[in-house]
Parts: sequence; structure tokens; C-alpha cells
Amino acid sequence: MVTTIFKGCAIVTKPFMFEKPLGMRDTLPVLYETKVSARNKMSDEIKKWGYQFIETPALEYYETIGEASAILDQQLFKLLDSEGHTLVLRPDMTAPIARVAASKLLKQQIPLRLAYSANVYRAQQREGGRPAEFEQIGIECIGNKSISADAEMIALLADVLKAAGLQQFKISIGHIGFLQEFFLSILGTEERASILRKFLYEKNYVGFREHVKSLPLSSIDKKRLIEFTSLRGSEGTLEKALALVENNKGQESLSELKELSVQLQEFGVGKYVSFDLTLVSHMSYYTGTLFEVYAGQVGSPIGNGGRYDNLLEKFGWDASATGFAIRVDRLAEALGEPIQPVAPECILFSPERRLEAIEYATIKRSEGKRVTIQDITVVQNVDAFTRTFSEVHLFVGNGGNGKDE
Amino acid sequence: MNNSFLTIAMPKGRIFEEAAALLRTAGFRLPPEFDDSRKLILEVEEENLRFILAKPMDVVTYVEHGVADIGIAGKDVMMEEDRDVYELLDLKISSCYLAVAGLPGTKISDIAPKVASKYPNVASGYFREQGEQVEIIKLNGSIELAPLIGLAERIVDIVSTGQTLKENGLVEYAKIADVTSRLVANPVSYRIKEARITEIVDRLAEIIE
Repeated sequence: MVTTIFKGCAIVTKPFMFEKPLGMRDTLPVLYETKVSARNKMSDEIKKWGYQFIETPALEYYETIGEASAILDQQLFKLLDSEGHTLVLRPDMTAPIARVAASKLLKQQIPLRLAYSANVYRAQQREGGRPAEFEQIGIECIGNKSISADAEMIALLADVLKAAGLQQFKISIGHIGFLQEFFLSILGTEERASILRKFLYEKNYVGFREHVKSLPLSSIDKKRLIEFTSLRGSEGTLEKALALVENNKGQESLSELKELSVQLQEFGVGKYVSFDLTLVSHMSYYTGTLFEVYAGQVGSPIGNGGRYDNLLEKFGWDASATGFAIRVDRLAEALGEPIQPVAPECILFSPERRLEAIEYATIKRSEGKRVTIQDITVVQNVDAFTRTFSEVHLFVGNGGNGKDE
Repeated sequence: MNNSFLTIAMPKGRIFEEAAALLRTAGFRLPPEFDDSRKLILEVEEENLRFILAKPMDVVTYVEHGVADIGIAGKDVMMEEDRDVYELLDLKISSCYLAVAGLPGTKISDIAPKVASKYPNVASGYFREQGEQVEIIKLNGSIELAPLIGLAERIVDIVSTGQTLKENGLVEYAKIADVTSRLVANPVSYRIKEARITEIVDRLAEIIE
């Protein structure tokens, strides 16, 4: 920002002419190509599984989408329309898709398989450089209550990431229903359970243990709660969990996960997944299985998803649903290999041979080549200008054919 | 996976010695030059470990961004920075607490209440909780100077023995929170290098309790 002090007294702060709002970014050619390449490979794979892409508007009503989405209120970009309604820039795609599905598409087909690739908006509070607008590619499977739908999500997620070129990644799977039932069976009230959930969400295991120690519970129950935090890892997690639960409800969730694990083996993606029953998402609308995916050197999950059986209710349909979203910017970071834009060829012409140049370019383009045509008389430094092209053709001076330099 | 390469962010200065001693007690073979090295990166090949030495305030930042898998950070810094990392273990070293202090027999100004601190977020959060409206002044060190010279009526700072406060004629008004060093982990590393990190947590937990 620049502060201009005018003679007199007014002080005006105005943005630099090239400044953008906090968290907003331009996508320059290398990143653009990298993202497009990854996006195309992923959307091809998603289509192969029979999902149909749709688009929804960037602006939605605060009262519908803003409140249905699980994004914190202070992270929403809010605007007013000309009639005074509060609008939000969509903070996620799941709520808008639930709206579309409930309003129209579910009347035609159930289960419904939809996909999207869109920018979402979340205002960032910390460190100005973090993106507040980012692209997500994802899917939603609506009206499918079976475990096979959960398995399909995770198998497709793995396939999509492989298609994008990611070699190594890990998907952690949890079950918010199990966690909730387990906490409630020991603690009795939702209020107490929510305190422990918050510690897990904040990733504060120290606080979790200290809080458990301070609770008026039997030492056996305290031990069970503390052992709960070790219900994660590649092997034996579900067996350990089974040993911890007492009531039937928790067992039900666990047998769901067991079944899921079998199906994931059948899909051939077993090696990518592990169970983490301590997983709690910032998305509060999840009701059953939920998962996050991690890769390479990226310090945050590159994607997440899960089952949300109550969201559709907000739009008047009692339908279960499950889905996932991949953050394309973090995926590009995990891929680690920037894709350079293809350098076009250049035809430099002098005005008297313009027609020749246009005809030559047309032929080249019909062969699928990328061709720039440029009047040489306005180029001040030919060497500097032509440096970035793969080939240069000159149509300059009298007669002769197009000559490659 | 059990022996995947791990980067540990260590805080330089006061906490360092205690942290290094703790790791040695837990059976990590750290090189002797570890303690007086001026290097910022130290590799311990036989342990498949790399240590980076960072400013205590920055440890959680390195861990959050994943360039360090785990780290040792003060709870004071974690409260101030609010980073997205796992807080795995209370190491119970470098024990101290965050407190409000000031000159004896003074009260916060009714007209222009001011509080100086190296922890502006903690200070601001605390006074808001108390329903006090104060102006927070961020300082980077020698916080005790602020009330002496009239910059602020109160300071928020860490207190370990109370000696510094005493020497400067200051008294404690309220305790905000206990502070010890914590073992923190990057959320992704905690999943991808889960076996190795769990092993370290278990080894440390055994000698702490």
C-alpha cells in the first residue's frame, strides 16, 4: 500500500496499481499449464467412472449455502446484492451441489453421480500469502447409503491421484459416527463429547489427555479414552478399536469400516489406505466415514472427503451422500514437476509479405502447430523477441520463400 | 517405514540443552558437537535423523509447513502462534508460566490502558476474556523495561523463577497459563511417517512420566 500525503490534511491510502486483495493470486503460464494438465487427467478419470460434471454460480445466498456449508463464518466472503440480500462467494462445492441435486436432478436419478472442478473462496486470517481462492476438483455420490459408495469414493480418489501422476500418497480413513458413539457411551452428554472432539480437531493430544484425567470417570474409562488416541496406524487399528468398544452401536460403525477395508482390497487400493479413528474434520457436516489424503512434501492434506447423510435434508431431501474434493494447488505442489508451456513457432513478416505469412501460419495451425505471427516493423529488438520461440520463420524483404532461420 | 528419515526442529538457546539431554536419556545417539555447534543443520546418519536449529518462536512454523516433521516448542509459542500442528507430548521441560506483571501498587490506567508483550495474541486474548479493553504494544525483548519507563502499566511475559521481575522491582498480578515444552508434529508427517513418530513419542513418554 502507498500512503499519499496531500498538502493540507487528507491522507489517502490506496493500493499499488498491481496489488490484489489479500489471498488472491494470478496464475502465470507455468502454474497454469501444470494445473490444466493435472485437471484434465483427473477429470478424464472421473468421467470414466460415469460421473457428470456440472457448474454452479460463484455467488450464492448466505442464508442457504453460507449456512449449510461447514466453513467458519469469518472465513466467508460476504457481499450485498442490489436488493440488500447477503451473498457469499461459495466456500465449498458440496453445499451448492446438494442444492442443485435436491432442486432438480434427484427427481431424475437416484443414486446420482456428479463431479465439479471449480474455484472456492475462503478468507484467510494468517500470513497474507495463503490463497483465499483455490481450485477444487471433486465428486459427490448422492442417494447411496451403502458401504460400496464409501469404497467407490476412496477407490476413485486413489485412481484420480494416480491418473494425475502422483506416485505416492496416503489416505487416512476415520469414522466420525464411531468417535461420537464412543465418546457418548463413556461421557454421557454431547456437551462433554464436544470438548474432547475439539481437542482432537485442534490436534492437541496433550490437552486431550489432561482433560480426560480431570474428568470424574472411573480409571478404566479414563484409560479407554486415552487409548482411543492410539487408534490409528497401518495395522490392527480396527481390531484394537473393537477391543475398546462396549456398546453395539460402536461395533456397527466398526463393522462398516471392516467391510470398507475388504472392498478397498477388492478395488486394489488397499496399499494406499490406513485407518485413523481419531480423525476429525473441519467439515462439521460429516456423519460417517471421513478421510484425508496426504502426499509428498506438502504440509497439509491435498484432499478430503466423507459421508454427509444430513446435508441434503437442509434442501428438503432426506438422502444420504458421500464425496471428496482435491485441492488442485496442493496437488500441483505435491506433483513437484512444473510443466513448461509449449513454445510456439514465430513468423516474422514485413508488411508487403503479410498475406504470405498469414497463409503459411494457417497451414501450420491446421497441422496442429502453435504459431505466432508478428509484424517485424514494430519489433525493436528481434533477438530478444524471438528468444522464447521454438522456431522462427522470416517473411521479410522481396520474393523468396518462407525461410527458416 | 519404521526407520523413515526424520527432520526434527530444535529450539536454540535456553530450551536447547534440556531438550538435547532429554533426547539422550531417551536413547538417541546425538553427536557430542551437537551442543556447541554453530551449524543450523546437523545430520545424525546412524539414527537417520536430521536436526535443524531454529529460533524457539519459529519451531512451530517449520513444523507446520512440513520442512520439519516434528519439533520441540514451548506452549507459550504455540498459544501465540496458533499453528496447525499436532501437540503430541508434554515434555515437562523448561517449565515456566505466562503472567501479567507490573509495578507494585499500580492499576491499569483508566484513560489509556496499555499492555506490553512479546505475546500480543496471548495478551490480547487474556484481557478480552477479562472484559478489559487495553491497547497491546508488541515488544521483542526486555519487556520489563516497559512499565519502568512508562510505556505500559502491565506486561505479559513468561516467568520462570521470578528473579528478573524482582530485580526490576516488578510484581506479578495474574497467572495466565502454565508453560512447558511440547513435542509437536506436522499433520502430514504424523500420518506418512506414523510408525517412526509413534516410536519416538513412546520412547520419550516412557522417561517423562
